Amino acid sequence: MNRVYLDFNATTPVEPEVLDAMLPYFSAEFGNAASIHTFGQKGRAAVETARESVAKLIGARAQEIVFTSGGTESDNHAIFGVVEQSLLPASLSRNSVPHIISTAVEHEAVLNTCQALEKAGSGVTYLSVDRHGLVNPDSVRRSIRPETVLITVMHANNELGTVQPLEEIGRIASEADVYFHTDAVQSAGKIPIDVNALGVDLLSISGHKLYAPKGVGALYIRGGTHLRQLLYGGHHQRGFRPGTENVPGIVGLGKAAELASKSLAQDNKRISALRDKLEQGLLARVPDSRVNGGAAPRTPNTTNLLFPGLEGEALVIALDLKGLACSTGAACSSGAVEPSHVLTAIGLPPEEARASLRFSLGRHTSAEDIEFALQVIPAAVAQLRELSPTYRREAAARP
Amino acid sequence: MTTATQFDSLPTPATPTAGLVAIAMSGGVDSSTVAAVMQQQGRPIVGLTMQLWNQRRLPELQGHGPAQHRCCSLDDVYDAKRVAQHLNFPHYVVNFEEQFEERVVRPFVDQYLAGRTPIACTNCNTDVKFEPLLRMARQIGAERLATGHYARIRRNDASGRWELLRARDDSKDQSYFLWGLTQEQLSRSDFPLGELTKEEVRALARRVNLPVAEKPESMELCFVPNGSYVQFIESYSRERGVALDQHEGEIVTEDGTVIGRHNGLHQFTIGQRKGLGFAAGKPLYVLSIDPQSNRVVVGEDDALRTTVCELENVNWISCEQPGAPLRADVKIRHKHPPAPATVTALDATRARVTFDSPQRAITPGQAAVFYSGHVVLGGGWIR
Repeated sequence: MNRVYLDFNATTPVEPEVLDAMLPYFSAEFGNAASIHTFGQKGRAAVETARESVAKLIGARAQEIVFTSGGTESDNHAIFGVVEQSLLPASLSRNSVPHIISTAVEHEAVLNTCQALEKAGSGVTYLSVDRHGLVNPDSVRRSIRPETVLITVMHANNELGTVQPLEEIGRIASEADVYFHTDAVQSAGKIPIDVNALGVDLLSISGHKLYAPKGVGALYIRGGTHLRQLLYGGHHQRGFRPGTENVPGIVGLGKAAELASKSLAQDNKRISALRDKLEQGLLARVPDSRVNGGAAPRTPNTTNLLFPGLEGEALVIALDLKGLACSTGAACSSGAVEPSHVLTAIGLPPEEARASLRFSLGRHTSAEDIEFALQVIPAAVAQLRELSPTYRREAAARP
Repeated sequence: MTTATQFDSLPTPATPTAGLVAIAMSGGVDSSTVAAVMQQQGRPIVGLTMQLWNQRRLPELQGHGPAQHRCCSLDDVYDAKRVAQHLNFPHYVVNFEEQFEERVVRPFVDQYLAGRTPIACTNCNTDVKFEPLLRMARQIGAERLATGHYARIRRNDASGRWELLRARDDSKDQSYFLWGLTQEQLSRSDFPLGELTKEEVRALARRVNLPVAEKPESMELCFVPNGSYVQFIESYSRERGVALDQHEGEIVTEDGTVIGRHNGLHQFTIGQRKGLGFAAGKPLYVLSIDPQSNRVVVGEDDALRTTVCELENVNWISCEQPGAPLRADVKIRHKHPPAPATVTALDATRARVTFDSPQRAITPGQAAVFYSGHVVLGGGWIR
């Protein structure tokens, strides 16, 4: 069966060039990057080259990049690291009950980390968002307390693509002298990032969202930022993130960052045109459909559409059986779909949150893929609505 | 040379069509074998596994370590996925946690708190598996749903109705839990295991090397982790902000003599003996549970035997609601041998059952299911 993939926000394929760059480091150049000898030195050189490439993608210096196992570890490291550092006896913390400012639309890697800290006694403010998914920078300013140690606001939202006004929040954080972290997992490689322009102190990246393999990520830590390490062990990465370096993965992330730096502008133009074509096409062909968060600045590849009167879960399965991969909400461990906290946060009632689907395009999406999607989705929606007691009722109630 | 059951000895489906069939897969050997059987019959299939209950809820009921070998544990979901991968057909996990809680768990707890003894599996069949799951099957393009139930469905050409029959393997028969199915639901369902014994099912599973062929059977209520429904009801009520320790009351004999106290009606079921002691040297049993006075009435075994019960939510399967009293064999609990009785429809949803001889412990909340030989005529909830 011909299969079309429109779920690049979930994960991306490893680029052939990335794979080629990685392959030597599994067997031929297998050295431990921490070893003194020549085997080790080759690994070390590869890791440091990758560090340069990742730094370049986000306008940072190489020594400000720490490689991790992925976005979740980076988020945990940043948030736990700042909060726990503030609790150390030697720290200059202003209060023994640290306070964090976050948002209602963060990824679980941030939300659940904040919740864990809440259980341990920290205070957390979850800022609400407007109906497009945007945080109001003024609400960040108003939420800062003397004991606030961290502001963590995602760059681009995974479900809506909404890009938050980080520059403004960065200025507010800087004025208040509060650390500022952003989960940039959904923006890195999709839109330009400059850590200095954004004013962030910490920034999380995941490899597999930008055509590198799964299981590798990075955390940008601005020079001079004090945070406690998450893992304890050997002296790898200056002891800051111990554990033998995943050399092939890191090389992959480096190569992917290099490719993204080169092709980002061009990709964006092409991908956003295709996304708009898909969006406009579906709005025209599916009665009563709407875009969620469409009025906000968005990543060029993402659209979130509401098809009232159906179960998004059933539509995802029906489309998959026809060869089109997309998603609803965030996937959980078993693969079952849980109601989206993001769509709830932008004010959708539960039945509309459940009736929403995310389509996310990527570097490999073609015009034919979009044509295919425009053929199968309207038909599938019609079939589902036919069997939906709620949609028929609604349609019948119309004059 | 193997003597294993041959697939070609299986019955052909009641309505052969080439369309997609959804398989309700729990990850156990029965529903996995259904997938193998349907595939062998040349039907295109898609597996659906329902996520029904969040195992991390009510953590006080959990042992240590990850949840295992219960419905909705990740292990079972992965088992279903492994089967789908092994037989190479599409499989999806679908979330019905909300519907399951609303239609199965909450009524189950409420019924116990009202002094009744509910059957969660029947609600799950009628209101989850053959309702939202069947609808989802149809929405994704499958016109039929096949499950691992041990029961049979056939079309009666004379009456034009779909009939529900006991399984050929009497020891595995699950028709008692399926009396609530409507004609529409039956017309879209397949029970391919109804003609097989458990041993034959295992043999089939082994023959196609299903990864779950040797998996032990689960007998417990799927959402009650340690088999203790009393603990479950207490934890679930606490989560809802209902303190059951305020529900203590009296244990009385039939003449109203108080002989003890209890900590909540949900700990009792009609016919129960455990923990009640003796009176005049004779063992005592629960005769009735009265939520109004919060009393448990106890007495001797003889007093448990009654002849008449009234039913609500009655569903007629093999016939329309009969105008005249009907002779049938009626089962009042899963392990009850059907007893001869007269069933009288009182109105569209109610009926009265009058047994030829008294039956022990007719229990409100359980179902009475009417049989004529192998055919399920209908059933209803005992009031």
